[in-house]
Amino acid sequence: MSMPAIKAEATAVAIPTTSPTAAAPVVTMTPKQAPRAEKYVKMAKETAARVVPPLIVLALLMLFWELVCRRTGSTLPPPSRVFKDTKELILDPFFDNGGIDKGLFWHLSASLQRVAYGYSIAAIVGIALGTLVGQSVWAMRGLDPLFQVLRTIPPLAWLPLSLAAFRDGQPSAIFVIFITSVWPIIINTAVGIRNIPQDYRNVAAVVQLNPLEFFSKIMIPAAAPYIFTGLRIGIGLSWLAIVAAEMLIGGVGIGFFIWDAWNSSHISEIILALFYVGIIGFVLDRLIAGVAKIVTRGTALN
Amino acid sequence: MQVYLKLDHIDKTFTRGNATTEVLKDISLTIEKGEYVSIIGHSGCGKSTLLNIVAGLTGATNGGVLLENREVNSPGPDRAVVFQNHSLLPWLTVYENVRLGVDKVFASTKTRAERDAWVMHNLNLVQMAHAKDKRPSEISGGMKQRVGIARALAMEPKVLLLDEPFGALDALTRAHLQDSVMALHQKLGNTILMITHDVDEAVLLSDRIVMMTNGPSARIGEVLEVPLARPRKRLELATNPGYLKCRQRVLEFLYERHRFVEAA
Repeated sequence: MSMPAIKAEATAVAIPTTSPTAAAPVVTMTPKQAPRAEKYVKMAKETAARVVPPLIVLALLMLFWELVCRRTGSTLPPPSRVFKDTKELILDPFFDNGGIDKGLFWHLSASLQRVAYGYSIAAIVGIALGTLVGQSVWAMRGLDPLFQVLRTIPPLAWLPLSLAAFRDGQPSAIFVIFITSVWPIIINTAVGIRNIPQDYRNVAAVVQLNPLEFFSKIMIPAAAPYIFTGLRIGIGLSWLAIVAAEMLIGGVGIGFFIWDAWNSSHISEIILALFYVGIIGFVLDRLIAGVAKIVTRGTALN
Repeated sequence: MQVYLKLDHIDKTFTRGNATTEVLKDISLTIEKGEYVSIIGHSGCGKSTLLNIVAGLTGATNGGVLLENREVNSPGPDRAVVFQNHSLLPWLTVYENVRLGVDKVFASTKTRAERDAWVMHNLNLVQMAHAKDKRPSEISGGMKQRVGIARALAMEPKVLLLDEPFGALDALTRAHLQDSVMALHQKLGNTILMITHDVDEAVLLSDRIVMMTNGPSARIGEVLEVPLARPRKRLELATNPGYLKCRQRVLEFLYERHRFVEAA
């Protein structure tokens, strides 16, 4: 938004210097800038109306936390001490001293990488299986009871089994991410496919779309709002699962960082890590919501 | 004139569990090329089912549909349907909705540029070219139905099937669209089979009106020729004795001899 404004100013300034006769264009430009300035003021006001309330709440909570935890003998550090203790970690997230002694950036990126693998597989498998279950009555009858039972198994309960199967931490963690996030994607996709109005199927039949065209031109766009609901729940769940899984498998990753900090009694570091985990989870969710908005052109259930 | 579309002894029964309902019984009808035929009846008499059978979207239990002496039993663009609730795909623009069918039907016979021109030609026919980049949610109900008609016309169907195309529109928009359909029929000479429950609409638009008895086991009760010269003008017909007589006949059939008992 600020780009055109700069450009407009630049041309307005440039014109009189190159040709002295072009005083008129400058005059015509100025009334355009007045409403623009007003627009910025309005935008700033709207932004402030959104940003200020959470900031006030945050400040109050911090104050409360500070007051409660400042007393001697308090088991948790107050925010001021958290900041003091973790200053180095905040300011230098990129250090790498080998082994697991790395900056937070490396831990977070390792976790994100695992989530990216597990979640991508879950998205592909979930949409494929969801389409099958949504489209075929027999597939639904056969698979749905199985899904309903399997989806209630807590993510970490899968970890020992996957460790036994893969005999390695990395694929086990990815499997746990996959198995956690795949269910909502399957179920929502299936519901979306099942809810495709008969009218759209009739249109496809009259136009004589072949199964592949029907899949890409009718099914996926029609079910997209549901699919993205599943994908959003899925990304949230996989971020929930990764921390727990990493605590158990060890190595580089934000989950193990938290566990390691607990073992070394660095409570401040745990709090910092939680802060990052929350922010990244939020960003991931907004990311999927943003993609949904673009793909479904605003028809997503948001 | 020879038979173009033939409905040959069509029966339709629906079975759910042990219950069997006979919806249509022994429907036979022949339609000539370029003819405009309406099917009228009370709701629930199976007229939409009949249209779906002609469209190939539902199978007949007995009997069949012949188009140019060849049996048709699966849906296809030669029998394009204008659906009651327009059924435009909401994620496509007006242009893309029409283009979808055009791309399939003329995949091998028209180049890309020709297909584009053909889509625009059909949008122009229904006066919707100005909204080609809008999505269905951004245009009015009447406009959506126009696009639905353009989509069907653009497939160059042998028979155009209209399933209560104006049922969901307000009276003024409906009249406007009826005039448009009449003009299109005049200009293009399509063979049209229309489902309706509006007596005036049936008399105004049709060459013949097929009146159906009440279900279950609905049959064709009576077929009425509408001997009014085309082009027809809505206002002039309002006092035309021929028009009034046809209207009277249909009303008598629907409200005296075949009253809709359940609704009464």
